[in-house]
Amino acid sequence: MIKKFILVFIISIFFTACNSVHETKNVIRFWAMGSEAENISKIIPVFEKENPDIKIKVQQVPWTAAQEKLITAFASDNMPDMCQLGNTWIPQFVSLNAIEDLSEFINKSNEIKPDKFFKGIWETNIIDNKVYGIPWYVDTRVMFYRKDIFENAGFTQPPKNWDELYNLCRKIKQHNERNESYPIFIPTNEWSNFIIYGLQSGAELLKENNTKGNFSSKGFKEAFSYLIKFHKEKLTPFGMMQVTNVYQAMADGYISIYISGPWNIPEFKNWMKGDLADKWTTAAMPGYRNEYPGLSLAGGSSLVLFRSSKHKKEVWKFIEFLSRPDVQLKFYSTTNNLPSVIKSWENKLLTENVYMKAFYEQLQNVSPMPKIPEWEQIVFSKLQQYAEFAAREKMTVDEALKNLDKDADKILEKRRWLENKKRRKNDR
Amino acid sequence: MIGNKSGIAFFFLAPALLAIAIFFFIPVIAAFLISFTDFDIYTLGNFSTIRFIGLKNYLELFKDDLFWTALGNTFLFVILAGPLSIFVSLYAAIILNSKIVKLKALFRLSYFMPVVTTLVAVAIVWRFIYHPNFGIVNYFLSLFGISSVDWLGNPDLALPSIVLMAVWKNFGYNMIIFIAGLQNIPEELYEAANIEGANNWQKFKSITIPMLMPTTIFISIITMIGYFQLFAEPYVMTQGGPLNRTLSIVQYMYQEGFRWWNMGYSASIAFVLFFIIFIGTMIQFRVQKYLSSK
Amino acid sequence: MKKIFIHLLLFVIAILTLFPFFWMISASFMQDGHASVFPPRFIPDEFTLTQYQKLFERLSITSNFFNSLFLSVLVTVISLTFNSLAGYAFAKYKFSGKEKLFNVLLSSMIIPSQVTMLPLFLMLKSMGFINTYMAIIIPGLANIFGIFLIRQFCLSIPNSLIEAARIDGANDFYIYIKIILPLLTPVLATLAIFTFLGTWNDFLWPLIVLTDDSMYTLPVALSNLMLEHSKDPELMMAGSLITVLPVIIVFLALQKYYIKGIMMGSVKE
Repeated sequence: MIKKFILVFIISIFFTACNSVHETKNVIRFWAMGSEAENISKIIPVFEKENPDIKIKVQQVPWTAAQEKLITAFASDNMPDMCQLGNTWIPQFVSLNAIEDLSEFINKSNEIKPDKFFKGIWETNIIDNKVYGIPWYVDTRVMFYRKDIFENAGFTQPPKNWDELYNLCRKIKQHNERNESYPIFIPTNEWSNFIIYGLQSGAELLKENNTKGNFSSKGFKEAFSYLIKFHKEKLTPFGMMQVTNVYQAMADGYISIYISGPWNIPEFKNWMKGDLADKWTTAAMPGYRNEYPGLSLAGGSSLVLFRSSKHKKEVWKFIEFLSRPDVQLKFYSTTNNLPSVIKSWENKLLTENVYMKAFYEQLQNVSPMPKIPEWEQIVFSKLQQYAEFAAREKMTVDEALKNLDKDADKILEKRRWLENKKRRKNDR
Repeated sequence: MIGNKSGIAFFFLAPALLAIAIFFFIPVIAAFLISFTDFDIYTLGNFSTIRFIGLKNYLELFKDDLFWTALGNTFLFVILAGPLSIFVSLYAAIILNSKIVKLKALFRLSYFMPVVTTLVAVAIVWRFIYHPNFGIVNYFLSLFGISSVDWLGNPDLALPSIVLMAVWKNFGYNMIIFIAGLQNIPEELYEAANIEGANNWQKFKSITIPMLMPTTIFISIITMIGYFQLFAEPYVMTQGGPLNRTLSIVQYMYQEGFRWWNMGYSASIAFVLFFIIFIGTMIQFRVQKYLSSK
Repeated sequence: MKKIFIHLLLFVIAILTLFPFFWMISASFMQDGHASVFPPRFIPDEFTLTQYQKLFERLSITSNFFNSLFLSVLVTVISLTFNSLAGYAFAKYKFSGKEKLFNVLLSSMIIPSQVTMLPLFLMLKSMGFINTYMAIIIPGLANIFGIFLIRQFCLSIPNSLIEAARIDGANDFYIYIKIILPLLTPVLATLAIFTFLGTWNDFLWPLIVLTDDSMYTLPVALSNLMLEHSKDPELMMAGSLITVLPVIIVFLALQKYYIKGIMMGSVKE
C-alpha cells in the first residue's frame, strides 16, 4: 500500500514538473487578458505564416485578477516572453525591473515611430525617458448618454462644460421626479471619474516628484467637490451595489449618463435594441470652462517585452506586426478595441461608426496619470474609499481629502526613502 | 506500550513532522520576522531595499483607520454570528434529540447539507437570494407588503446579512456536536428529576445546561476561531463594501499582502489576528476551568 | 399535538436550509435572464442546458473540475499516509520527549493558517512551485488534527494484538500495514472525507498560489467567473452546482464517518 502511495507521489511530482517545463525553440509565450486573448488567436496564423520559424503561444489571464496574477508570476520567476499590460501597470513592472527598455528597437524600426501613435497614450509608456511599452490598443473615457432623455429635458447638444453638465442633470431630475431615477451615474467605486475631473481642473495629483499626495490642492478639491455635489443632491446613485447592471439601468432610464470606455459599446448595443437602438450615443467629455473636449484618461493596453525573455528579437517582430494598421483594424473588428495607430482611424470601419467620433475627438486630448507603482493602490483602495465617505456625507470634502493625502503619504513613504537614497548616491 | 524503539518511531514520525516543521513552523517564525520589516513590491524586485523597522508596522496598525474598521467588523461578525449560531444549533439539537421525532436522520442530513458545501458556491447563491430587485428574500417580504431592501448594498444591513448566511452555513456542524453532548447526559438524571416533579424548563436549566457546558465551551472556541477567519463570504458577496462595512481582517491582510504587496505590513496583521484568537481561546479555557471548579 | 408542532418546526427549518440549493438547481436550468425577474421564478418555464454548455465549452470548467478532483484525491491519500504513521507512533511507541512534542503540536493548532501564508508563498516561490500542483499539495502533506484523530483511535487498539504479532516475528512495518491499518479503516474514512472536503472547498490559498486559469480549482474559477459575469445568475448557479455536487455526493456516501468524526474531534482528552 505504501509503495503505491509513494508511487503516486512520485508520479505527481513528475506530473507537476512537466507542467513547468518551457519549450525553448522560438516559441513566444504571450499573456493576454480576457477577450483579447480569445480573439488574438484568430490573427496569429497570419503572423506565423509570414514568419514560419516563430510560434506564438497565447495564454489567457482574467482581467479581474490579472495584476495579482502577473506579480505572482513575477515573484515565481514564471514570466512569459511578452504580455499585454494595462498602461497604468507599467510603472510597477518597471520598478520590479521586469520589463525591457524598447528605445533601441524603436530607433531601428520602420514600423514603430512615436508620431504614429496618439501623443497622450504614447507618453504613458515612458518612464525616465525610456520607452517600456508599445500601445496595442487605446481607450479613454467618454460620455454615454440617452438622447431622448436629454431632449425631453430641453437639451439637443451634449454638455460642453462642467456648469452645463450640472444644469442638465438638475433639469433631468426635475423632469423625472415621479419615478426613481438618476440623471447620471458617478459610482464612488470607480476612481476614474474623480481623476478625470481632477486632471481637467488642472490639479497636480501628487507633488515633490510623486512622493507626496496633493489631493487637498485647490484644483483637485474643486473637482472632487463638484462630483460629490451630484451625490449630495441625489443626482447619482452611490455605487455598483445599487446598479448591478449598468446597461440595463441605462435601458430602463434609471440612469441617463454614464462615463466609461469603449468596451461598453457592444453591451449597450446588445441591451438597447429595437425602439431604444437610436436613443443613445457617445460624446466627448465636457471641459472645465471653455476648452472642449475636456481632458480624459489615457488608457489602454501596451505590449511589453520581459527582460527574462530569450526571444527578444522575435517578440519585437511580433509587436511590429501587431502595430501594422491593417492588423490593428482586423483586431478592432474582432474585439472592438480601438486602434492605437492613428492611420487606422482613417478607415471607414471607424469613420462611419457613429459612436467612434467621440472617441477620436477625445483621444486628441488625453493625459497620463502619475507613473509610479503605488498609484493603483492610492486610487483603488484610498481614493474610492474616501469618495464613498464624502458621497455618503460621513466626511466633509476637506476631511476626506486630508485623509486621502495622509494615506497617500504613508503609501509613498518607501518611495521617498528610495528617492532620497538615490539623491544621496548622486551627490556623492 | 511497545518497548523503546525510538528508531522506528522516528521513522514513522518523520514524514509528517518534517512536513509540519518545514511548511508550518518555519513559516510561522519567518512571518514573525517579516512583520518587523518593510518587505514590499520594491523588495520583491530588489531584495536590498528591505529595511528592518522594528515595531513600526504594529504601531502603524494602531493608527490605521481601515485596520480598526476591519477589526471592528470582524468582532461584530463574531459577536453576532457566534452566539446566534450556537443558539440555533442548540435549539435544533434539542428538538432533533427528542424521542418523539420521526425521520431524524433525514432532518439531520438536510440541516447538515450547508456545512459540507463549498463556501464560495453558496455565497454566490446567497448573493442572488439577497438581490435588491430579483432576490427571493425581498419577494417574500413583498408578500407582506414590505418594500424592497438592498441587503448587501445598505451599509447597516450588509454585515448582518452575511451573518445570517454564515449561521445558515455553520449551524449544522455545531448541532451534531450538541447532539453528541446531549446523548452523553445520563438518562437517570432526568428520571430523578421527574420523580421530584421538575418541569421541562427546570430540567433544562439544572441538568441540560450544566451538563452541556464543556461541549458549549468547545463549540464556542471552534466557532470563534472559524469566524475570526472570515474571508470568502465578503470576498464573493460584497468585496468588503459598502463603506468598508464588511471588510474583514483576513481580507485586509490578503489585500495588503497579495494585492499591494506590502508583505511586512500584511504579516503584522496576521499576527494581530493570531494574538486575538489566542486571547479569545485562553479566556474561554479560563471560563471552563472556573465553571468546572465550582 | 406537540408531536405535530415539532415536526412542523423541523420541516420549516429543513425548507430554510435546503431552499438555496433548490433555487440554485432550478435557476441553473433557466435561459439567460430568466432568474432576474420579479416576482422570481422558482421553476424554469423553459428547461435548458445552455448554461452548462457555456461552462464546459466556452469557459473550460472541465479542467478546473479535474484540478479540484486530482488535488483533493492526492492530498487525501498523502496526508492520510503521513498522519496515520505519525498518529500510530504517538499512540504506541515510547520515546523521549513524546508528551512534550505532542503537546507542542496540539497547542499550535491554534495558530491560524493565514499567519504562514506570506512566508510559505515566498518559500514555494524560491522552490519554483508557484502555479503548480505542488503549491497546493505541500501545505496539505500532513496536518495536526489528523494526527490527533488517529492517535486517539490507536489508543483504543489493545497492545496485546501488536505484541502477539511481534512474537510471531512480524516487523514494525508489517504490523502497521497488516494489522493497524485495517483496524484504522473507520477513522481513516473519517479523515479522508474531512481532508477531501477541506481541499475541495479551500479558497484562499489556491487563490493566492495558482496563477493560470487552467490551473485553478473550482472555487477559484467560480469566484473569477463571479467577478466577470455577475450579471448572469443562471450561469453562476450552474457553476455553483457543478462545484457543490461532488462534495454532496461524497458526503452522502460517507456521511456516517463524517458525523462520527465531528463527534470524535469534539471529545477532549
